[in-house]
Amino acid sequence: MDILRRIWRSPSGRIGLIATLLVIIGGLAAPLLATHMPNQIDVAARLSPPSATHWLGTDQLGRDLFSRGLYGTRVAVGVALAVTAIALLIGILLGIAAAYAPAPIERIILAVFDIISAYPSLILALALVAVLGPGLQNIIILVTIVFVPRFGRIARAQTLTIKEQPFLEAERALGASGGRIMLFHVLPNIVGPIVVLASMNIPVVITLEAGLSFLGVGIRPPLASWGSMLFDGFTYIGQSVWPVLVAGGMLTLATLGFTLFGEALRDAIDPKLRREP
Amino acid sequence: MNGFWSKGSLARYGASRLATAVLVLVGSIALLCSLTLIVPGDPARILLGARATPELVETFRQQMGLNLPLYERVFVFFRHALQGDLGTDVISGRSVTDMVMAALPNTIVLALSAIGLAVLLGIPIGCYAAVRPGSLLDQVLAVFSVSLVATPSYVVAILLLYFFSVRLGWFPVLGAGEPGHFLDQLHHLILPMVALAVGWVGYIARLVRSSLLEVLSEPFIRTARAYGQPERRVVMKYALKLACIPTVAILGVGIGELMGGAVFVEVIFNRPGLGSLVFDAIRVRNYPVVQGCILIIVAIFVVTNLLVDFAYAWLDPRVRETLGRARSGGGA
Repeated sequence: MDILRRIWRSPSGRIGLIATLLVIIGGLAAPLLATHMPNQIDVAARLSPPSATHWLGTDQLGRDLFSRGLYGTRVAVGVALAVTAIALLIGILLGIAAAYAPAPIERIILAVFDIISAYPSLILALALVAVLGPGLQNIIILVTIVFVPRFGRIARAQTLTIKEQPFLEAERALGASGGRIMLFHVLPNIVGPIVVLASMNIPVVITLEAGLSFLGVGIRPPLASWGSMLFDGFTYIGQSVWPVLVAGGMLTLATLGFTLFGEALRDAIDPKLRREP
Repeated sequence: MNGFWSKGSLARYGASRLATAVLVLVGSIALLCSLTLIVPGDPARILLGARATPELVETFRQQMGLNLPLYERVFVFFRHALQGDLGTDVISGRSVTDMVMAALPNTIVLALSAIGLAVLLGIPIGCYAAVRPGSLLDQVLAVFSVSLVATPSYVVAILLLYFFSVRLGWFPVLGAGEPGHFLDQLHHLILPMVALAVGWVGYIARLVRSSLLEVLSEPFIRTARAYGQPERRVVMKYALKLACIPTVAILGVGIGELMGGAVFVEVIFNRPGLGSLVFDAIRVRNYPVVQGCILIIVAIFVVTNLLVDFAYAWLDPRVRETLGRARSGGGA
């Protein structure tokens, strides 16, 4: 509660919180709020501007943009949360393991992290798509691969800083097993900065997923996603700008909201972290 | 300072960074090759599609060295790459090296001009905000720069294309301009450059603001002020130079992310370049072209990071021992 109050106090934190809530509620309540089925085609009203029946206009097949946008929220936020959660889990486990493992294994883990990070994230994702193929499940897998090293590195660094502290030594002296120490004593102590990093990671994942879908190698139609809506809109931009405005607007609202929220959360939890750009 | 090869010397630091860079380069191609092993089924058949004749599949397997074990494939690929041969396009039969070299200059021009623009706009914005922290202008600039950072580059690119090319008709919609015709090329460059630079303007502005604020609280700045130096001179001459060092550091990462952004911008504006080349190749699963492009992109990324690290280590000897570990925490 205290953290929420601190977030609310800064103007940008307030904007971030409101935008994030709007996006999450929009996604959760999409079936209630949507005025049309997301894939319902109405060719007579194709590419129409906003009206009483279609609040934000329609796309090239006459599908309602407001409803598709809401359903797109589910895909975007769902993928972002899934990817961040999985990458967080794998990254933390690998990071702690690397800090405790014998030097050769640690070096292998770090080398793999280095290799993955040597790719610009979009290029790595594209390379993986080339091999795995597109689709919702593959997008989650490959975007997770992109982000594991970020969490792994910080988990390792955090573990190294507390590894030699007396309370862990005491635990060891009491006969606790390595696994027990890592899970019950190291993990709770390093999780703060990592959660902040995770929240700041969400807009990055949203941008990447929508970008891949925009390029036609992400979420497959007819599933509504902001990226593919943006691509359809881009194709028909000479006839109507509304599809691009709706998809781009919702996408930007989400990334901006999560970015501001993540930064406010970081400042509220640990102002020291602010120094990292 | 005792000797060329002593611990913490620039030479030793350089050698270890260089070794890591080579490892990363080899590893990234090995990763790409090993992925074809993970995918169930015959990669040649998957990549060529169901309608490929058995002869074509066999030729492709030979060309890609798919019959060889993984380490040998990586070795063969690099032996050829070192001789300037990145393989052959399976569809058109052209040399991948030629294709990459034809596309590369366009992308480099795009990326460098975008970085230049971002630095030119970002540093003054960051300065203005830092000189009056907490003021209304600072807060407006803060929201402005976050918005720039948060808006995906492809959304910016499409909107720019719509307003300035489709509606107003000020700029061309397609291509990179007539070869050899400088003004025409410049005309074609402006919108893509702006689209690519926008996010970085915000990013650099934020970075310059925070590091300038930090430098301005240092004792030597207080001394300069105590000597009666005008504030403008204190900021411009003494503080800004130091505050820009972190900006240099992120440019290394920046080049990589710009390569990613260039894919979108090149696809949207239909510009020839490395980004659109790799994108087209991935769509038709033209594997040798993908591999060649990826090698070049990762190489550019690794080399710029290396140069940035050297510049950093040269500027600050403390970095030499710790940078190898510390910088791994980054990633934009």
